[in-house]
Amino acid sequence: MEGPAIQVSGINKWFGEGAARTHAVKDVSFDARFGEMLYVVGPSGSGKTTMLSMISGILRPDSGSVRIEDADIWNLSSDALADFRLHRIGFVFQDYHLFPRLTTAENVAIPLILQNQDWDQALEEAARNLEVVGLGNRVQLAPVKLSGGEQQRVAIARAIVSRPDILIFDEPTASLDGDTGRNIVRFVREHILTDHRCIITVTHDSRIYEFADRILRMEDGRLSGIERSQLDAQ
Amino acid sequence: MSGILKIAYRLLVNDRAKFAALLVGITFAVFLMIEMTSLFAGILSRSSSTVINVGASVWVMDPAVQTVANAIPLPDYVLDEVRSIPGVKYAVPIYSGSALLKLRDGAYQAANVIGLDDTSLFGRPIMTEGNIQDIYADNAFIAIDDSEFYKLENPHIGAEFELNDHRGVIVGVAHVASSALFGVPTLYTTYSRALQYIPNTRFTVSYILVEPKTPADVALIQSRVTAAGYLALTREEFIAKISRFYMFQTGIGTNMMLMTLISFIVGLSISGQTFYTFILENIDKFGALKAIGAKSRGLVTMILFQALFVALTGYGIGVGLCAVLIWIARLHLPDYAAMITFWNLGLAFLMVMLIAAISSYVGVRKVLRIEPFDIFRG
Repeated sequence: MEGPAIQVSGINKWFGEGAARTHAVKDVSFDARFGEMLYVVGPSGSGKTTMLSMISGILRPDSGSVRIEDADIWNLSSDALADFRLHRIGFVFQDYHLFPRLTTAENVAIPLILQNQDWDQALEEAARNLEVVGLGNRVQLAPVKLSGGEQQRVAIARAIVSRPDILIFDEPTASLDGDTGRNIVRFVREHILTDHRCIITVTHDSRIYEFADRILRMEDGRLSGIERSQLDAQ
Repeated sequence: MSGILKIAYRLLVNDRAKFAALLVGITFAVFLMIEMTSLFAGILSRSSSTVINVGASVWVMDPAVQTVANAIPLPDYVLDEVRSIPGVKYAVPIYSGSALLKLRDGAYQAANVIGLDDTSLFGRPIMTEGNIQDIYADNAFIAIDDSEFYKLENPHIGAEFELNDHRGVIVGVAHVASSALFGVPTLYTTYSRALQYIPNTRFTVSYILVEPKTPADVALIQSRVTAAGYLALTREEFIAKISRFYMFQTGIGTNMMLMTLISFIVGLSISGQTFYTFILENIDKFGALKAIGAKSRGLVTMILFQALFVALTGYGIGVGLCAVLIWIARLHLPDYAAMITFWNLGLAFLMVMLIAAISSYVGVRKVLRIEPFDIFRG
C-alpha cells in the first residue's frame, strides 16, 4: 500500500495536576508503514503504553495529531472512534483479557459480533482464524484450559478476525517463557504480517528485537532513537 | 437474540456459581414477598367474606362500623326509612352475629350465624345438600361447607346441636364464595330465628341490604342515608373500608409490609452483592471490549440484559414455588388463608425490577467508568 499507515505528529500527554503534573509523552513524531513490524521499546515509565494508547484511539493526546491513512483519528466522535477501532485496529493485550466463561471461538468472534455480524457466521469465521493460528482443534474449549502460548494465539486470532490493517501488541511475550514467546512472534512475523498490515508492538523483551523492522526507543517520554533491526538490515 | 445479548447470556449462565447465587437471591426474595402479600391478601379477602358471600349491592350500617364482623345494630325504623328512599328497589334486614354451639359430643364450638330476611332469603348460599325452603322448618339451620366445616363435625342433614338451650337441626349444607377469617364455622338461618335464638341488644338489625333500581340511584341512596345519620356503602366500598381497617388499624398490615420490605432488602443484598462481584470479576474484560470497539451503550445493554434475565427467571421460579407451597398448604391446612392476586404479583414484579435496576446500576457505573487505557496500564 502507498503512503504511511500511521503518521504521528508532535503528540504530547500530561497526567495529574499542579505539582504532581507529569509530562508522560513529549512531542513524539514518527511514521509507521504497511508491511512493517514496528517495536516501541524503553524502560518502564518511559511513555510507551501512553503513546500506544494515543495512536490506537484509546487515549486522547493533549496536543499533536495521529493520522491513519490521512484521517486524524482524534477528530472523530467517540462513537466513530469506537467504530474505527473495531474495524481498523486489532488489539493483543498483555494479559490477553479473554472471557473465561466463553469458548475460544466465542472469544475470537467478539469483534465480529460487535460489528453486528450473524452469530453463526461469526463463529465460523472465528474457527477459521483459530485454524490460522494453529488452534483449529481448540474451538470449543474454554481459554482457561489452554496454555499461555495458546491463549496468546487465541488473542491474536481475536485481533485479526475482523481483518484490521493495524495490529497493536502490548508486551506480547511478557507472560510467556522465552521459547514460546519467540515462537509466537515468529509466527506473527511470518503469518500475520502482510503488505496491507502494520504491526506495532510495545515490548521490554530484547530477545524478540530480531523480528522487528524498526525499533523506536523511548526514554522519559521522548523518542530517543529509531533503529533498523538486524532483520531489516538483512 | 442479538449477538451481544448472546454473549451477555453466556457470560452469565456459564458462571454457574454466581448465576445460582443470583437466582437464589431473587427467588428467595420473590418467594417471601409473594408469600407475605398473599397471606395478607387472603386475610383481607376473608375479613370481607360475609360481604362477598351475601352479595348485596349496597350495605346500610352505623357509621362507627369498622368490619362486617362487628355490626352495630340499627333501629328497625331505619329499615322503613331506607325503603322509602326513591331509587331503592328493595331493602331487607340481615343478622350477623356469633353464637356458642354445643355439639353432639358435648364440645362447645363458636360459630358465625347469618340470619337471612325471612321473606326474600336475600343473600342465600348455594345449596349442595337439602333445599333452601327447609330453612323455614323448626330449628332449621344450614351449615356452610367451607374450611371450618369440620369443626361442626362435618354435619349432614338431620344433625343436631344446641344453641342457647335451643335445639338446632341442620337442614341443608351449602357452599359460599369465601371462608370466614376467624376460624369459626358459619350457619345460616332466618332473620327471625336468629333473633329468637341469640341474645340481642335493643336494636336488632345488623345491616340493611339495599338493591337500587339502577346503579345511578346509589349516590342518592347514599346521600339520603347519610342525612339520616347512617352510612350506605357499596359492596366494593365496604370491602375497601374493612381492608383499610385491617391494614392500618390492626398492625397486621404494618407487619406484613415490614416483612415484605425485609424480603426486598434480603433479595437486594444477595443479588446486588453477587451481581457487583460478577461485574468486578469481568471488569477488565469489559475494559478490553471497550478498547476493541464496544460502545458504552452496548455494554450497558449487556448488563441490563443480564440483570433482567436473572430477575425474570428468579421471579418465575419464586412465583412458582410460592404457588406450589400455597397449594400444598391448602391441601393439608384448610384454614390457610393465602391467595395470590394480580396485586401481589405486580408488587413483587415491581420490587424485583427495582432489585434488578439497583444491582445493574452499580454494575453499569463500574463499567462506564473503566477506561480502556486502564487495560493497557494493567
